Amino acid sequence: MQNKYTDWKQALRSGLLGGVIVVVLSLIGIVAAFINTYVIHDVISLGELLILGPVMALSLTAIRKATNKQPGFLLLTAAISGLASGLVILALAGLGQVINLRAMFLNASPDLYAIYAYQQAPIPGLLLRLLVCVIVSLLTAGFTLLPARIKTALGQGLLYIVVIGLMGRLITMMLSNWGFVAILFQWMFAANSLSLIGAIVLFLLTAGLAYWRYGRPKVKRITDPKKQKVVRWGTLAGLGVILIFLPNILGLWFSEILDNVGLFILMGLGLNIVVGFAGLLDLGYVAFYAIGAYTIGVLTSPELGFFNWTFWQAFPVALLMAFISGLLLGLPILKMRGDYLAIVTLGFGEIIRILVLSDWLKPWLGGTQGIQRIQRPVIGIEGVWTRTLTSQQDLYYLILAGIIVVAFVAIRLRDSRLGRTWMALREDEDVAVAMGINHVATKLTAFAMGALFSGIGGTLFAAKIGSIYPSSFQFLVSINILSLIIVGGMGSIPGVFVGALALIGLPELLREFAEYRYLFYGAALVAMMLTKPEGLWPEARHRLELHEEATPPPEAEAEPATENA
Amino acid sequence: MALLEVNNIHTYYGNIHALKGVSLKVEEGEIVCLIGGNGAGKTTTLRTISGALRPREGNIVFMGEDLAKYKPHQIVQKGIAMVPEGRRIFARMTVMENLEMGAYIRKDKQKVAEDLEWVFELLPRLKERRRQVGGTLSGGEQQMLATARALMARPRLLLMDEPSMGLAPVLVEAIFDTIVKINKEGTTILLVEQNALMALSVANRGYVLETGNIVMEDTGEALKKNPRVQKAYLGME
Ligand SMILES: Nc1ncnc2c1ncn2[C@@H]1O[C@H](COP(=O)(O)OP(=O)(O)OP(=O)(O)O)[C@@H](O)[C@H]1O
Ligand SMILES: [Mg+2]
Repeated sequence: MQNKYTDWKQALRSGLLGGVIVVVLSLIGIVAAFINTYVIHDVISLGELLILGPVMALSLTAIRKATNKQPGFLLLTAAISGLASGLVILALAGLGQVINLRAMFLNASPDLYAIYAYQQAPIPGLLLRLLVCVIVSLLTAGFTLLPARIKTALGQGLLYIVVIGLMGRLITMMLSNWGFVAILFQWMFAANSLSLIGAIVLFLLTAGLAYWRYGRPKVKRITDPKKQKVVRWGTLAGLGVILIFLPNILGLWFSEILDNVGLFILMGLGLNIVVGFAGLLDLGYVAFYAIGAYTIGVLTSPELGFFNWTFWQAFPVALLMAFISGLLLGLPILKMRGDYLAIVTLGFGEIIRILVLSDWLKPWLGGTQGIQRIQRPVIGIEGVWTRTLTSQQDLYYLILAGIIVVAFVAIRLRDSRLGRTWMALREDEDVAVAMGINHVATKLTAFAMGALFSGIGGTLFAAKIGSIYPSSFQFLVSINILSLIIVGGMGSIPGVFVGALALIGLPELLREFAEYRYLFYGAALVAMMLTKPEGLWPEARHRLELHEEATPPPEAEAEPATENA
Repeated sequence: MALLEVNNIHTYYGNIHALKGVSLKVEEGEIVCLIGGNGAGKTTTLRTISGALRPREGNIVFMGEDLAKYKPHQIVQKGIAMVPEGRRIFARMTVMENLEMGAYIRKDKQKVAEDLEWVFELLPRLKERRRQVGGTLSGGEQQMLATARALMARPRLLLMDEPSMGLAPVLVEAIFDTIVKINKEGTTILLVEQNALMALSVANRGYVLETGNIVMEDTGEALKKNPRVQKAYLGME
């Protein structure tokens, strides 16, 4: 009896919380904003999902926490939770009729109440809303009672519908590049979302596949070393082919995103050496990006007309400039650690930006107007075949080549003696010095290598947009690069790729969410850091440190040999 | 000529006068121990010898050569390695990588590989755990690793700063056994310890340091019997 009582209270509490979440989401305006953003055309919208989602999620919590696990009881628990959520929503609507909430909350509008009431008259509409809340909660409970296999299949199917449905606009945009192939998929989509028939087919396919795969071993382990080799090279070749055709598959708009992500990967790989490997917190990293870009600009732009070099003539000079400025910045800050280092490097980044902005250097660097008409890179052999790389798709290949080179160098550095030395310095500078490490040279090489990579990023950036302005080299760029390293996993090379995709690529894909984009994005980031504090793809050693349970159990302090002494 | 001669050194931290004329000698093949209370200047003495701190007065002579002109990493190359206070292993590097860093200054790959075997023989526990990350080792294993790491430099003189700190009694004994073994195999040791009883038992000679001054010097056995030492450092009345 006691149990039942606490379970009810628990269900009630969950339900109320679910309702409150819906109310909050409504009052900040995102429910109304997305009521016409369909997941399945004319069937269910993102706005409706934002109402039903929290209701269902909190019913699920109530069911999970319930101590009495009898099916009937669970259904009751869910119903109570759903009812409570629905009542909270109704309370908002009711309150809105009596007093003018709009004075305080701009979004508590009649439109919102109409959405709550499914565009019906208030009384029957709101009762319908209440009923739906209870029904979806009951469905949630019913779902948990299903056998695991069916549950997995249903879950997968629904997940795919939501994800593909939300990405409908992006996918239709992508399809538009596919010519006649697009016709094969056209029926699946309707007005930037899934069509009903498309949703059904997608659901049957994905759920069916999940049902079939359930319980089967994921992939057969290949033990034969020869076959392993074939598989490895096969995967690499496949990946290569995909990477080569990616701009054609994805089209212009996605290529632009890819280029941006690529530039950030380049710089991330460089900063990862400085911060991740050597443990030197550099907040002025954007300076080297600027130096790379501006060197190209000054040397190639006919507008300034000093040199009129070609891109490839200027390229090595730009890298040299970045490298040398890395050394120069390294020199004065060798003795600094932690916070002090961060502040001084931050200052350095700002100095560079202010220098390029200054009137004093305007004749050479263009001041606020920046530098236009930067020479695009030309590839090929003069007289035989040449091509000027101008489009986003062309630049994609250049950036891809840059990334491959830089990633290769970064991997080699990490596994080298120098890489170990950086790591030792990061772990304990005093002891590293006591081991005989020359910390001056070691730190300087870290800075210079990082600067070099960033410089490469800068040159490609200049080549990509053809004109540069001081405003492209804000402090925020440094912070973004640092964040993508943290999100991916400090010191992890694959982490840089994942981090850049998540941090630079994702917000672009979230354009669907218009001005709420950063809200979703921020929520996703917080969730990510809470669930994976070591990063999305952490370096193996770091993973060990943060997830203690993953390490072999520490043995007792006693030595077996001395125990009987 | 002694292996190491510390002559009347004065070391400062800013205005703080930490060592006020410390002199000591270590002969080839000896274990010499330096005992003293908290803040007496034991760590400061070792750090001055290793070159991390510079004496304002006095000099340090190793194998007949004044160390004043050498940088810390060059002093390691001369043959002085240190097991720092509080272990301070490289926590996010594996046992193997820690040991490799210990041999950082050495170019003779062949000899390094042999010494690795030697170190694993001395401390077999480390061999089992060579792929484990340093930070996940137990306290005792970390101490072993710190010792092994210093040995990988194949020093003529090993400076050890409180190797028994924070370890269970059985482990303390094991550590001291290792110290004796290392010494028997030809490494001279200057040992700093709070655990005066154990340290004096294994040491040939000992020095007592109080607030930056050497106040006593004798053989290990004699110091153990000295009533003043017994009262202050051995907890006997
Ligand atoms: N970095 C520092 N800055 C200022 N004073 C310091 C510094 N390090 C040590 N001291 C001071 O120098 C004196 C000697 O310190 P030291 O670390 O050598 O003592 P110790 O004998 O090793 O003590 P313990 O047994 O506690 O390790 C102490 O008074 C200490 O406060
Ligand atoms: Mg000390």
